[in-house]
Amino acid sequence: MATPVMEKNGSAPEPGFADSPYITVTFRVRRFNPEVAAEATWEDFQLEIDPKERVLDALHKIKWDLDGSLTFRRSCAHGICGSDAMRINGKNRLACKTLIKDLSPEKPITVEPIKGLTVLKDLVVDMEPFFQAYRDVMPFLITKDTNEPTRERLQTAEDRERFDDTTKCILCAACTSSCPVFWNDGQYFGPAAIVNAHRFIFDSRDEAGEQRLEILNDRDGVWRCRTTFNCTDACPRGIEVTKAIAEVKRALITRRF
Amino acid sequence: MSTTESPASGIGPVEGASLYSADNPAPLIEAPRARTKKTPKSTRGNFEMVAWLFMRLSGVVLVVLVLGHLLIQLVLDGGVSKIGFAFVAGRWASPFWQVWDLLMLWLAMLHGANGLRTVINDYAERPNTRLWLKGLLYTATVFTILLGTLVIFTFDPNIR
Repeated sequence: MATPVMEKNGSAPEPGFADSPYITVTFRVRRFNPEVAAEATWEDFQLEIDPKERVLDALHKIKWDLDGSLTFRRSCAHGICGSDAMRINGKNRLACKTLIKDLSPEKPITVEPIKGLTVLKDLVVDMEPFFQAYRDVMPFLITKDTNEPTRERLQTAEDRERFDDTTKCILCAACTSSCPVFWNDGQYFGPAAIVNAHRFIFDSRDEAGEQRLEILNDRDGVWRCRTTFNCTDACPRGIEVTKAIAEVKRALITRRF
Repeated sequence: MSTTESPASGIGPVEGASLYSADNPAPLIEAPRARTKKTPKSTRGNFEMVAWLFMRLSGVVLVVLVLGHLLIQLVLDGGVSKIGFAFVAGRWASPFWQVWDLLMLWLAMLHGANGLRTVINDYAERPNTRLWLKGLLYTATVFTILLGTLVIFTFDPNIR
């Protein structure tokens, strides 16, 4: 193998190695096991870890070396699949995109499951209500002609640009589970569903924008948004979520008057 | 290798003979918005949109009405010490101030009540709490609006 590989073993570096990158970090993880206790508890793990590593690496270290029962979701581990959204130091982030050095590691780093969804075990939550809201806005292209198209559906660069921001969503639920309105009863559609509706409402090729707007005109639709901007802060893809919601509101109002 | 040996998966072969025909169609994919009987009925209608819009519009009007009201009552012409029965009677002799105060009363009460309604919706956890809080809110709002309107229209400066 031609690729140089940095030698890194999980334990503390050899003594005398003055400029060691390793520091001791405490991870305070919210543990919940319904087969053991009805209540969730905090558990501390001390790790020797390079602060340039990510929170996900620390969780891997805990799971592989310290406590194999720690449960969390992750798939690609590179910020694309959106399965490892969690509440780190009180803020929703992707564990695979959060570097330890950015979290003031001299203090314990708290890791919790995202709020507003039922916790199944440790950091794993039931995502079904989230995906139900997503399915409700019909996140797929709808056209009125039932015939199979004979050519590509063309679109100008400007028309594509109109909804470019909302195509970035990876459905990690960081926004929806940071929304205080969603925390209350979970009936609110949530920012993620509205973002994905926005992606089709403002797509010039799609013809069911009216239907989607009607769905979001629901009592638990866009009007429950209180513009607290939690979703915009939480989005790991930097989508301007609150702006997208405001654009849907404006579309609903201008459609009527 | 025959492609017809794995029909259980429900997925047709990518190439070769199809598993399905007109007489034997592929299973339907369940509609994405299918919901159970337990799902609460969707409450579409424009009420929430009108309420949202009303908050914005009444807010803008109230800024003018309330700031103007405070300026006249508390700052101009000797400030708060001038206010008395005679001052109010003098103001309400003019239809302009009657309309100003009536508009302020209605807009402020409806704006505040709608704001509290959303707060109750967001924070009350049990349906019963929600019902009672909203009942109290609506009663208080209707009472205040009716009483205020009655006073503005039936005000008699010659009372003793």
